[in-house]
Amino acid sequence: MAAGEGDLKLLGLLVSPFVVRVRMALSMKGVSYEYIEQDIFNKGELLVRYNPVHKKVPVLIHNGKPVCESLAILEYIDDIWGTTGNSVLPADPYERAIARFWANYIDDKMFPSWIGLLKAETEEEKAEKVNQTLAVLMHLEDAFALCSNGKAFFGGDSVGYLDLALGSNLFWFEALRELFGVAFIDEGRTPLLASWAERFGEAAAVKEMVPSVDKALEHAKKFRAFFAAAAAK
Amino acid sequence: MPTPIHTPSTLHSGRHTTATLTPNPTSSNPTMASTDQQLVLLDFWVSPFGQRVRIALAEKSLPYEYVEEDLLAGKSDRLLSSNPVHKKIPVLLHGDRPVNESLIILQYLDEAFPDAPSLLPPSDPYARAQARFWADYVDKKVYDCGSRLWKLKGEPQLQARAEMVEILKTLEAELGEKEFFGGEHGFGFVDAALAPFSAWLPSYERYGEFKVAEVAPGIAAWVERVGKRDSVAKSLYAPDKVYDFIGVLKKKYGIE
Repeated sequence: MAAGEGDLKLLGLLVSPFVVRVRMALSMKGVSYEYIEQDIFNKGELLVRYNPVHKKVPVLIHNGKPVCESLAILEYIDDIWGTTGNSVLPADPYERAIARFWANYIDDKMFPSWIGLLKAETEEEKAEKVNQTLAVLMHLEDAFALCSNGKAFFGGDSVGYLDLALGSNLFWFEALRELFGVAFIDEGRTPLLASWAERFGEAAAVKEMVPSVDKALEHAKKFRAFFAAAAAK
Repeated sequence: MPTPIHTPSTLHSGRHTTATLTPNPTSSNPTMASTDQQLVLLDFWVSPFGQRVRIALAEKSLPYEYVEEDLLAGKSDRLLSSNPVHKKIPVLLHGDRPVNESLIILQYLDEAFPDAPSLLPPSDPYARAQARFWADYVDKKVYDCGSRLWKLKGEPQLQARAEMVEILKTLEAELGEKEFFGGEHGFGFVDAALAPFSAWLPSYERYGEFKVAEVAPGIAAWVERVGKRDSVAKSLYAPDKVYDFIGVLKKKYGIE
């Protein structure tokens, strides 16, 4: 058992980008854990007990103590397994601040845009959400140029915090392309991100954690039905 | 801008101070002693997010230049170029390089000035994760819900009131018997994140028709304790100034 491992469990949802990024980070560190899939449409006792405030995944339970919020979990993983494998966050304080800024941007601006696309009822709404997501990705294209400094990943030579924050959403972009015919990352509009996405997809530590596009499409169906039913109430 | 009750910073003069201490601060040399480069804070007097940074700088005894952005009049070129994505204060400029987002600035100050007292507990990963979680909770909930209290009427306002009470009770439960949210570490990250809102609570009470002392007495007691702390007292404006400011915002947005 690796140093500091203890008893590790992860409450998750296979297709949640927030969960996927945590699984990728744990894989980067070579840490083993018990994965427990949650039914987010019918929240169980474990989820409510370990994340009473938000009742959301992911929840990392380390020696019985829960850590919630995916970005806080990524920092926790670095803190606990700091000497194992590559660092998730950059070492330099300013680079860390930049990485945190863009990770928050991805979660606060990008995710709501594309989720909004899944929820959209009218063609107008859909178009609005598509445009919003495209605009956000233009900013992220600039961010890549700034952060990578000519290297392969946001984090430099290897996958890091910001690569995980954005990369964990990529399989959903594939699914959304099938559903709506829009390519959010493409060589024409976002050439840097397009080639980064290919490299990210090939990275060993992350490959096996990426769910299939089919699983995402399956979930999209359930999500739309669930959301429509809730809205109808 | 009304006359501050307390001076926000040791260098505050409303004008730029003299040149930086090092001749050529460059962003391409991150290993340069960053502790020598000048700190400039672009801020807005009543912003709780800006106040978090003022509190942090005071806790760390870090000198800086305070620059007031008159947001009601428009945004300066320096603000727009320092934070092109969000165009918001606070922005911390450290020798020319901008750091944006108040909680990110707080973490940056911990990391760039490791010899100063830290807000996050430096050697307890679990406590750090908890602090990040709760600061994020404050960010997600307090300002938004509070704004709905003074922006809305009728049923939506009652909903906002119920939510605010829930938020305060949740925070009270997390605080428990501790003097500060930072627990063993003392006044910390979550305290700094929440403290500025203590000046907004009386306005929330007036609009929501509730009393913090009744719905969450633990939080009311915490408010009193943090209010006595030097860094907080120097950074906040009196609650009635906040109330007046809300009145100005309402006029500006055409809200009755």
